[in-house]
Amino acid sequence: MDVELMLKVYPFFLKAAWLTIQLSVLTTLLGLTCGSLGAAARLSRHAFLRAVGATYVSLIRGTPALIQLFILYFGGPQIGIQLDAFEAGVIGLGVNIGAYMTETIRGAIVAVDKGQTEAARTLGMSKFQTMTRVVLPQAARLMIRPLGVNINALIKGTALVAAISVVELTYTAQRYIGSTYKPFEMFLLSGALYMVIIYITGRGIAWLDRKARIA
Amino acid sequence: MNDAKPFLDIRHAQKSYGALEVLKDISLQVQRGQIVAIIGPSGSGKSTLLRAINDLDPLTGGEVWLEDTQINKHLPHRQYEKHINKVRQDIGMVFQHFNLFPHLTVRGNVTLAPKMLKGLSEEEAITLAEEQLDKVGLLDRIDYYPSRLSGGQKQRVAIARALAMKPKVMLFDEATSALDPELVEEVNQVMKKLAEEHMTMVIVTHEMGFAESVCDRVLFMDQGVVVEEGPPGVIFRNPQNERTRNFLRKHLEGVRS
Repeated sequence: MDVELMLKVYPFFLKAAWLTIQLSVLTTLLGLTCGSLGAAARLSRHAFLRAVGATYVSLIRGTPALIQLFILYFGGPQIGIQLDAFEAGVIGLGVNIGAYMTETIRGAIVAVDKGQTEAARTLGMSKFQTMTRVVLPQAARLMIRPLGVNINALIKGTALVAAISVVELTYTAQRYIGSTYKPFEMFLLSGALYMVIIYITGRGIAWLDRKARIA
Repeated sequence: MNDAKPFLDIRHAQKSYGALEVLKDISLQVQRGQIVAIIGPSGSGKSTLLRAINDLDPLTGGEVWLEDTQINKHLPHRQYEKHINKVRQDIGMVFQHFNLFPHLTVRGNVTLAPKMLKGLSEEEAITLAEEQLDKVGLLDRIDYYPSRLSGGQKQRVAIARALAMKPKVMLFDEATSALDPELVEEVNQVMKKLAEEHMTMVIVTHEMGFAESVCDRVLFMDQGVVVEEGPPGVIFRNPQNERTRNFLRKHLEGVRS
Protein backbone atom coordinates (compact mmCIF):
# COMPACT_ATOMS: atom_id res chain seq x y z
CA MET A 1 0.00 0.00 0.00
CA ASP A 2 1.39 3.33 -1.05
CA VAL A 3 0.94 5.36 2.14
CA GLU A 4 3.16 8.13 0.90
CA LEU A 5 0.90 8.71 -2.09
CA MET A 6 -2.14 8.71 0.15
CA LEU A 7 -0.63 11.35 2.39
CA LYS A 8 0.24 13.42 -0.63
CA VAL A 9 -3.22 13.46 -2.20
CA TYR A 10 -5.45 13.44 0.87
CA PRO A 11 -5.89 17.25 1.03
CA PHE A 12 -7.63 17.04 -2.34
CA PHE A 13 -9.87 14.33 -0.93
CA LEU A 14 -10.71 16.56 2.01
CA LYS A 15 -11.87 19.19 -0.42
CA ALA A 16 -13.98 16.57 -2.16
CA ALA A 17 -15.35 15.46 1.20
CA TRP A 18 -16.46 19.02 1.84
CA LEU A 19 -18.43 18.90 -1.41
CA THR A 20 -19.96 15.58 -0.34
CA ILE A 21 -20.99 17.21 2.95
CA GLN A 22 -22.55 20.15 1.11
CA LEU A 23 -24.39 17.76 -1.17
CA SER A 24 -25.60 15.75 1.81
CA VAL A 25 -26.85 18.76 3.77
CA LEU A 26 -28.70 20.31 0.82
CA THR A 27 -30.13 16.95 -0.18
CA THR A 28 -31.31 16.33 3.39
CA LEU A 29 -33.06 19.71 3.49
CA LEU A 30 -34.74 19.16 0.14
CA GLY A 31 -35.57 15.58 1.11
CA LEU A 32 -37.21 16.68 4.37
CA THR A 33 -39.23 19.27 2.46
CA CYS A 34 -40.38 16.74 -0.14
CA GLY A 35 -40.95 14.17 2.61
CA SER A 36 -43.13 16.53 4.67
CA LEU A 37 -45.18 17.54 1.64
CA GLY A 38 -45.38 13.93 0.51
CA ALA A 39 -46.56 12.75 3.93
CA ALA A 40 -49.12 15.56 4.10
CA ALA A 41 -50.40 14.51 0.67
CA ARG A 42 -50.46 10.82 1.62
CA LEU A 43 -52.52 11.62 4.73
CA SER A 44 -54.81 14.18 3.10
CA ARG A 45 -58.56 13.71 3.15
CA HIS A 46 -58.61 14.54 -0.56
CA ALA A 47 -58.31 11.44 -2.71
CA PHE A 48 -56.54 13.40 -5.43
CA LEU A 49 -53.72 14.51 -3.12
CA ARG A 50 -53.41 11.02 -1.71
CA ALA A 51 -53.01 9.71 -5.25
CA VAL A 52 -50.36 12.33 -6.02
CA GLY A 53 -48.41 11.33 -2.90
CA ALA A 54 -48.71 7.63 -3.64
CA THR A 55 -47.61 8.11 -7.27
CA TYR A 56 -44.58 10.15 -6.20
CA VAL A 57 -43.49 7.47 -3.76
CA SER A 58 -43.99 4.54 -6.11
CA LEU A 59 -42.39 6.24 -9.12
CA ILE A 60 -39.27 7.20 -7.17
CA ARG A 61 -38.95 3.98 -5.23
CA GLY A 62 -39.71 1.91 -8.31
CA THR A 63 -36.78 3.17 -10.39
CA PRO A 64 -33.01 3.34 -9.78
CA ALA A 65 -31.77 6.65 -8.42
CA LEU A 66 -29.07 6.59 -11.08
CA ILE A 67 -31.69 6.55 -13.84
CA GLN A 68 -33.49 9.44 -12.16
CA LEU A 69 -30.25 11.44 -12.10
CA PHE A 70 -29.55 10.64 -15.75
CA ILE A 71 -33.05 11.66 -16.81
CA LEU A 72 -32.70 14.95 -14.96
CA TYR A 73 -29.14 15.80 -16.02
CA PHE A 74 -28.84 14.32 -19.50
CA GLY A 75 -32.51 14.26 -20.47
CA GLY A 76 -33.42 17.57 -18.84
CA PRO A 77 -32.04 19.87 -21.54
CA GLN A 78 -34.26 18.13 -24.11
CA ILE A 79 -37.34 19.32 -22.25
CA GLY A 80 -35.90 22.70 -21.34
CA ILE A 81 -34.40 21.93 -17.91
CA GLN A 82 -30.82 23.24 -17.81
CA LEU A 83 -28.99 22.37 -14.60
CA ASP A 84 -25.33 22.16 -13.80
CA ALA A 85 -24.13 18.86 -12.41
CA PHE A 86 -24.21 19.96 -8.75
CA GLU A 87 -27.74 21.36 -9.02
CA ALA A 88 -28.94 18.25 -10.80
CA GLY A 89 -27.29 16.13 -8.10
CA VAL A 90 -28.97 17.97 -5.23
CA ILE A 91 -32.38 18.06 -6.88
CA GLY A 92 -32.24 14.48 -8.12
CA LEU A 93 -31.04 13.01 -4.84
CA GLY A 94 -33.29 15.28 -2.74
CA VAL A 95 -36.44 14.34 -4.62
CA ASN A 96 -35.32 10.72 -4.44
CA ILE A 97 -34.71 10.57 -0.69
CA GLY A 98 -37.86 12.64 -0.19
CA ALA A 99 -39.94 9.67 -1.33
CA TYR A 100 -38.37 7.47 1.33
CA MET A 101 -38.75 10.22 3.92
CA THR A 102 -42.42 10.55 2.93
CA GLU A 103 -42.96 7.02 4.12
CA THR A 104 -40.86 7.54 7.25
CA ILE A 105 -42.76 10.67 8.28
CA ARG A 106 -46.14 9.21 7.39
CA GLY A 107 -45.30 6.07 9.35
CA ALA A 108 -44.35 8.06 12.45
CA ILE A 109 -47.54 10.13 12.30
CA VAL A 110 -49.70 7.05 11.88
CA ALA A 111 -47.87 5.34 14.75
CA VAL A 112 -49.07 7.94 17.26
CA ASP A 113 -51.90 6.34 19.24
CA LYS A 114 -55.33 7.13 17.82
CA GLY A 115 -56.50 7.86 21.35
CA GLN A 116 -54.34 11.00 21.30
CA THR A 117 -56.29 12.41 18.39
CA GLU A 118 -59.58 11.39 19.98
CA ALA A 119 -58.69 13.09 23.26
CA ALA A 120 -57.67 16.31 21.51
CA ARG A 121 -60.70 16.38 19.21
CA THR A 122 -62.98 15.66 22.16
CA LEU A 123 -61.68 18.77 23.91
CA GLY A 124 -62.76 20.76 20.86
CA MET A 125 -59.39 21.12 19.14
CA SER A 126 -59.48 21.35 15.35
CA LYS A 127 -57.76 18.83 13.09
CA PHE A 128 -54.95 21.29 12.50
CA GLN A 129 -54.50 22.09 16.18
CA THR A 130 -54.56 18.40 17.00
CA MET A 131 -51.90 17.69 14.39
CA THR A 132 -49.55 20.52 15.35
CA ARG A 133 -49.91 20.45 19.13
CA VAL A 134 -50.55 16.81 19.93
CA VAL A 135 -49.66 14.43 17.10
CA LEU A 136 -46.60 15.98 15.48
CA PRO A 137 -44.64 16.59 18.72
CA GLN A 138 -45.01 12.88 19.44
CA ALA A 139 -44.42 11.76 15.85
CA ALA A 140 -41.26 13.90 15.69
CA ARG A 141 -39.68 11.74 18.37
CA LEU A 142 -40.67 8.57 16.59
CA MET A 143 -39.21 9.70 13.27
CA ILE A 144 -35.73 10.79 14.39
CA ARG A 145 -34.13 7.36 14.15
CA PRO A 146 -35.77 6.19 10.91
CA LEU A 147 -34.98 9.55 9.32
CA GLY A 148 -31.41 8.93 10.46
CA VAL A 149 -31.47 5.70 8.46
CA ASN A 150 -32.70 7.67 5.42
CA ILE A 151 -29.92 10.23 5.86
CA ASN A 152 -27.32 7.50 6.21
CA ALA A 153 -28.50 6.03 2.89
CA LEU A 154 -28.52 9.47 1.34
CA ILE A 155 -24.91 10.23 2.28
CA LYS A 156 -23.74 7.02 0.66
CA GLY A 157 -26.10 7.74 -2.23
CA THR A 158 -24.25 10.96 -3.01
CA ALA A 159 -21.60 8.73 -4.61
CA LEU A 160 -24.01 8.35 -7.52
CA VAL A 161 -23.49 11.93 -8.65
CA ALA A 162 -19.94 10.94 -9.65
CA ALA A 163 -21.72 9.53 -12.68
CA ILE A 164 -22.77 13.03 -13.73
CA SER A 165 -19.25 14.35 -13.00
CA VAL A 166 -19.74 16.19 -9.71
CA VAL A 167 -16.28 16.33 -8.17
CA GLU A 168 -17.19 14.74 -4.83
CA LEU A 169 -15.44 11.91 -3.01
CA THR A 170 -16.12 9.08 -5.42
CA TYR A 171 -15.40 11.08 -8.57
CA THR A 172 -12.21 12.41 -7.01
CA ALA A 173 -11.02 8.88 -6.34
CA GLN A 174 -11.71 7.94 -9.95
CA ARG A 175 -9.81 10.98 -11.14
CA TYR A 176 -6.71 10.20 -9.11
CA ILE A 177 -6.83 6.58 -10.18
CA GLY A 178 -6.59 7.86 -13.75
CA SER A 179 -3.27 9.51 -12.99
CA THR A 180 -1.82 7.20 -10.28
CA TYR A 181 -3.17 3.75 -11.26
CA LYS A 182 -3.66 3.02 -7.55
CA PRO A 183 -7.37 2.18 -7.18
CA PHE A 184 -6.90 0.39 -3.85
CA GLU A 185 -5.40 3.41 -2.10
CA MET A 186 -7.68 5.95 -3.73
CA PHE A 187 -10.95 4.13 -3.03
CA LEU A 188 -9.74 3.35 0.50
CA LEU A 189 -9.19 7.06 1.09
CA SER A 190 -12.65 7.90 -0.21
CA GLY A 191 -14.26 5.14 1.80
CA ALA A 192 -12.55 6.24 5.00
CA LEU A 193 -13.81 9.79 4.58
CA TYR A 194 -17.38 8.57 3.90
CA MET A 195 -17.15 6.62 7.12
CA VAL A 196 -16.06 9.65 9.11
CA ILE A 197 -18.99 11.69 7.77
CA ILE A 198 -21.45 8.89 8.48
CA TYR A 199 -20.06 8.24 11.96
CA ILE A 200 -20.39 11.89 12.96
CA THR A 201 -23.89 12.12 11.49
CA GLY A 202 -24.89 8.94 13.30
CA ARG A 203 -23.69 10.34 16.62
CA GLY A 204 -25.64 13.51 15.94
CA ILE A 205 -28.83 11.56 15.26
CA ALA A 206 -28.35 9.46 18.40
CA TRP A 207 -27.84 12.65 20.43
CA LEU A 208 -31.02 14.20 19.02
CA ASP A 209 -32.95 11.02 19.76
CA ARG A 210 -31.74 10.96 23.38
CA LYS A 211 -32.53 14.64 23.78
CA ALA A 212 -36.07 14.15 22.45
CA ARG A 213 -36.69 11.28 24.84
CA ILE A 214 -35.73 13.23 27.95
CA ALA A 215 -37.89 16.25 27.15
CA MET B 1 -90.78 10.07 32.11
CA ASN B 2 -90.29 13.77 32.68
CA ASP B 3 -92.18 16.74 31.30
CA ALA B 4 -89.19 19.06 31.27
CA LYS B 5 -87.36 19.39 27.99
CA PRO B 6 -84.40 17.00 28.10
CA PHE B 7 -80.91 18.43 28.47
CA LEU B 8 -79.29 15.73 26.40
CA ASP B 9 -81.58 14.08 23.91
CA ILE B 10 -80.73 11.08 21.76
CA ARG B 11 -83.48 10.42 19.26
CA HIS B 12 -83.75 7.16 17.36
CA ALA B 13 -80.01 6.57 17.23
CA GLN B 14 -79.11 4.06 14.57
CA LYS B 15 -75.67 2.93 13.53
CA SER B 16 -74.52 0.27 11.15
CA TYR B 17 -71.28 -0.82 9.59
CA GLY B 18 -72.49 -2.20 6.28
CA ALA B 19 -74.90 -4.99 7.11
CA LEU B 20 -73.91 -5.05 10.78
CA GLU B 21 -76.30 -3.01 12.87
CA VAL B 22 -74.69 -1.99 16.17
CA LEU B 23 -77.32 0.49 17.36
CA LYS B 24 -80.97 -0.19 16.57
CA ASP B 25 -83.20 2.80 17.13
CA ILE B 26 -82.11 3.90 20.59
CA SER B 27 -83.59 6.92 22.31
CA LEU B 28 -82.28 8.34 25.56
CA GLN B 29 -83.19 11.52 27.40
CA VAL B 30 -81.00 12.88 30.16
CA GLN B 31 -82.10 15.77 32.33
CA ARG B 32 -79.70 18.40 33.60
CA GLY B 33 -77.83 17.05 36.60
CA GLN B 34 -78.87 13.48 35.95
CA ILE B 35 -76.45 10.60 36.01
CA VAL B 36 -77.13 7.73 33.66
CA ALA B 37 -75.20 4.49 33.58
CA ILE B 38 -75.09 2.27 30.53
CA ILE B 39 -74.28 -1.36 31.23
CA GLY B 40 -74.21 -4.43 29.06
CA PRO B 41 -71.95 -7.13 27.62
CA SER B 42 -69.08 -6.16 25.33
CA GLY B 43 -70.27 -5.67 21.78
CA SER B 44 -73.65 -4.49 23.00
CA GLY B 45 -73.13 -1.04 21.48
CA LYS B 46 -72.84 0.90 24.74
CA SER B 47 -69.52 2.54 23.92
CA THR B 48 -70.70 3.28 20.39
CA LEU B 49 -73.75 5.03 21.80
CA LEU B 50 -71.60 7.07 24.19
CA ARG B 51 -69.18 8.03 21.42
CA ALA B 52 -72.08 9.08 19.24
CA ILE B 53 -72.98 11.77 21.75
CA ASN B 54 -69.98 13.93 20.76
CA ASP B 55 -69.99 12.54 17.22
CA LEU B 56 -66.71 10.68 17.67
CA ASP B 57 -68.50 7.70 16.14
CA PRO B 58 -71.10 9.38 13.92
CA LEU B 59 -74.54 7.81 13.79
CA THR B 60 -75.96 6.57 10.51
CA GLY B 61 -79.44 7.59 11.60
CA GLY B 62 -81.12 9.63 14.32
CA GLU B 63 -80.26 12.84 16.11
CA VAL B 64 -78.33 13.93 19.18
CA TRP B 65 -79.26 17.21 20.84
CA LEU B 66 -77.62 19.07 23.71
CA GLU B 67 -80.01 21.76 24.89
CA ASP B 68 -80.96 23.63 21.71
CA THR B 69 -78.09 22.44 19.55
CA GLN B 70 -78.12 19.43 17.32
CA ILE B 71 -74.70 17.84 17.63
CA ASN B 72 -74.63 15.43 14.68
CA LYS B 73 -75.59 17.94 12.02
CA HIS B 74 -74.96 17.20 8.38
CA LEU B 75 -73.00 20.18 7.10
CA PRO B 76 -70.36 20.83 4.46
CA HIS B 77 -66.95 19.80 5.81
CA ARG B 78 -65.66 23.20 6.88
CA GLN B 79 -68.90 24.25 8.54
CA TYR B 80 -69.21 20.88 10.24
CA GLU B 81 -65.68 21.14 11.65
CA LYS B 82 -66.39 24.60 13.02
CA HIS B 83 -69.67 23.44 14.53
CA ILE B 84 -68.34 20.24 16.07
CA ASN B 85 -65.25 21.88 17.57
CA LYS B 86 -67.56 24.35 19.28
CA VAL B 87 -70.05 21.85 20.68
CA ARG B 88 -67.36 19.41 21.82
CA GLN B 89 -66.07 22.08 24.18
CA ASP B 90 -69.28 21.53 26.13
CA ILE B 91 -68.93 17.75 26.27
CA GLY B 92 -66.13 16.35 28.41
CA MET B 93 -64.99 12.82 27.73
CA VAL B 94 -62.91 10.38 29.74
CA PHE B 95 -61.47 7.31 28.06
CA GLN B 96 -60.64 3.83 29.24
CA HIS B 97 -56.96 4.33 28.40
CA PHE B 98 -56.74 7.91 29.73
CA ASN B 99 -55.17 9.28 26.53
CA LEU B 100 -53.12 11.88 28.37
CA PHE B 101 -50.66 13.77 26.17
CA PRO B 102 -47.33 12.13 27.07
CA HIS B 103 -45.20 15.00 25.74
CA LEU B 104 -46.80 17.50 28.14
CA THR B 105 -46.70 17.77 31.92
CA VAL B 106 -49.87 17.46 33.95
CA ARG B 107 -50.08 21.25 33.83
CA GLY B 108 -49.64 21.22 30.06
CA ASN B 109 -52.30 18.56 29.66
CA VAL B 110 -54.88 20.53 31.61
CA THR B 111 -54.06 23.99 30.23
CA LEU B 112 -53.57 23.16 26.53
CA ALA B 113 -57.18 23.27 25.38
CA PRO B 114 -58.37 26.19 27.56
CA LYS B 115 -55.44 28.30 26.36
CA MET B 116 -55.96 27.42 22.73
CA LEU B 117 -59.74 27.39 22.56
CA LYS B 118 -60.89 29.81 25.22
CA GLY B 119 -58.14 32.35 24.84
CA LEU B 120 -57.06 32.14 28.47
CA SER B 121 -53.73 33.69 29.36
CA GLU B 122 -51.00 31.47 30.78
CA GLU B 123 -51.77 32.69 34.34
CA GLU B 124 -55.52 32.25 33.99
CA ALA B 125 -55.04 28.78 32.55
CA ILE B 126 -52.71 27.77 35.36
CA THR B 127 -55.13 29.03 38.01
CA LEU B 128 -57.84 27.01 36.30
CA ALA B 129 -55.62 23.93 36.12
CA GLU B 130 -54.75 24.25 39.80
CA GLU B 131 -58.45 24.42 40.72
CA GLN B 132 -59.26 21.31 38.70
CA LEU B 133 -56.23 19.37 39.90
CA ASP B 134 -57.08 20.27 43.47
CA LYS B 135 -60.55 18.86 42.90
CA VAL B 136 -59.12 15.51 41.79
CA GLY B 137 -56.50 15.64 44.54
CA LEU B 138 -53.43 15.88 42.35
CA LEU B 139 -52.27 19.46 42.73
CA ASP B 140 -48.90 18.19 43.98
CA ARG B 141 -48.35 16.34 40.68
CA ILE B 142 -48.75 19.41 38.47
CA ASP B 143 -45.15 19.31 37.20
CA TYR B 144 -45.07 15.56 36.56
CA TYR B 145 -45.11 13.94 33.17
CA PRO B 146 -47.90 11.36 32.72
CA SER B 147 -45.36 8.53 32.51
CA ARG B 148 -44.57 9.06 36.20
CA LEU B 149 -48.16 8.72 37.36
CA SER B 150 -50.10 5.61 38.37
CA GLY B 151 -53.13 4.57 36.33
CA GLY B 152 -55.54 6.03 38.86
CA GLN B 153 -53.65 9.31 38.92
CA LYS B 154 -53.59 9.43 35.13
CA GLN B 155 -57.33 9.00 34.98
CA ARG B 156 -57.87 11.70 37.58
CA VAL B 157 -55.70 14.07 35.52
CA ALA B 158 -57.75 13.13 32.45
CA ILE B 159 -60.89 14.08 34.37
CA ALA B 160 -59.31 17.39 35.41
CA ARG B 161 -58.33 18.04 31.79
CA ALA B 162 -61.93 17.52 30.68
CA LEU B 163 -63.32 19.63 33.53
CA ALA B 164 -61.02 22.53 32.68
CA MET B 165 -63.17 23.14 29.60
CA LYS B 166 -66.16 23.66 31.94
CA PRO B 167 -68.30 21.12 30.09
CA LYS B 168 -72.07 20.89 30.46
CA VAL B 169 -71.98 17.12 30.39
CA MET B 170 -69.32 14.49 31.06
CA LEU B 171 -69.04 11.17 29.26
CA PHE B 172 -67.14 8.29 30.86
CA ASP B 173 -66.17 5.41 28.61
CA GLU B 174 -65.23 2.56 30.97
CA ALA B 175 -63.08 4.97 32.94
CA THR B 176 -61.96 2.38 35.47
CA SER B 177 -61.77 -0.76 33.30
CA ALA B 178 -58.04 -0.45 32.63
CA LEU B 179 -57.13 0.14 36.26
CA ASP B 180 -55.77 -2.25 38.85
CA PRO B 181 -58.55 -3.02 41.34
CA GLU B 182 -56.93 -1.05 44.16
CA LEU B 183 -56.85 2.09 42.00
CA VAL B 184 -60.50 2.02 40.99
CA GLU B 185 -61.76 3.59 44.19
CA GLU B 186 -59.82 6.86 43.86
CA VAL B 187 -61.34 7.46 40.42
CA ASN B 188 -64.81 6.51 41.68
CA GLN B 189 -64.40 9.03 44.50
CA VAL B 190 -63.74 11.80 41.99
CA MET B 191 -66.78 10.79 39.97
CA LYS B 192 -68.89 10.76 43.13
CA LYS B 193 -67.71 14.27 43.87
CA LEU B 194 -68.86 15.38 40.44
CA ALA B 195 -72.20 13.72 41.09
CA GLU B 196 -72.55 15.72 44.29
CA GLU B 197 -71.93 18.88 42.28
CA HIS B 198 -74.79 17.85 39.99
CA MET B 199 -72.67 17.37 36.91
CA THR B 200 -74.69 15.73 34.15
CA MET B 201 -72.98 12.44 33.38
CA VAL B 202 -73.36 9.47 31.09
CA ILE B 203 -71.27 6.57 32.28
CA VAL B 204 -70.47 3.36 30.45
CA THR B 205 -69.26 1.01 33.13
CA HIS B 206 -68.71 -2.52 34.38
CA GLU B 207 -68.77 -1.36 37.99
CA MET B 208 -72.26 -2.37 39.02
CA GLY B 209 -71.78 -1.37 42.64
CA PHE B 210 -70.63 2.07 41.65
CA ALA B 211 -73.43 2.47 39.11
CA GLU B 212 -75.95 1.54 41.75
CA SER B 213 -74.60 3.99 44.30
CA VAL B 214 -74.35 7.13 42.14
CA CYS B 215 -76.70 6.80 39.18
CA ASP B 216 -80.23 8.03 38.80
CA ARG B 217 -80.98 5.69 35.96
CA VAL B 218 -79.48 2.58 34.42
CA LEU B 219 -79.75 1.34 30.86
CA PHE B 220 -79.05 -2.27 30.10
CA MET B 221 -78.04 -2.71 26.47
CA ASP B 222 -77.59 -5.89 24.48
CA GLN B 223 -77.08 -6.39 20.75
CA GLY B 224 -77.73 -2.78 19.89
CA VAL B 225 -80.98 -2.29 21.77
CA VAL B 226 -81.94 -1.03 25.21
CA VAL B 227 -83.30 -4.18 26.80
CA GLU B 228 -84.30 -2.63 30.08
CA GLU B 229 -84.06 0.76 31.70
CA GLY B 230 -84.99 2.13 35.08
CA PRO B 231 -83.79 3.26 38.48
CA PRO B 232 -80.74 1.33 39.72
CA GLY B 233 -82.76 -0.23 42.55
CA VAL B 234 -85.03 -1.92 40.03
CA ILE B 235 -82.43 -2.86 37.41
CA PHE B 236 -79.98 -4.35 39.90
CA ARG B 237 -82.36 -5.74 42.54
CA ASN B 238 -85.41 -6.70 40.57
CA PRO B 239 -84.74 -6.81 36.82
CA GLN B 240 -87.80 -7.65 34.77
CA ASN B 241 -86.09 -8.96 31.67
CA GLU B 242 -84.53 -12.38 31.33
CA ARG B 243 -81.47 -11.06 29.46
CA THR B 244 -80.80 -8.48 32.18
CA ARG B 245 -81.02 -11.17 34.85
CA ASN B 246 -78.64 -13.42 32.91
CA PHE B 247 -76.13 -10.64 32.39
CA LEU B 248 -76.15 -9.55 36.01
CA ARG B 249 -75.85 -13.13 37.25
CA LYS B 250 -72.90 -13.84 34.96
CA HIS B 251 -71.34 -10.57 35.94
CA LEU B 252 -71.65 -11.37 39.65
CA GLU B 253 -70.10 -14.80 39.10
CA GLY B 254 -67.26 -13.12 37.26
CA VAL B 255 -66.66 -10.70 40.10
CA ARG B 256 -66.64 -13.47 42.71
CA SER B 257 -64.37 -15.87 40.84
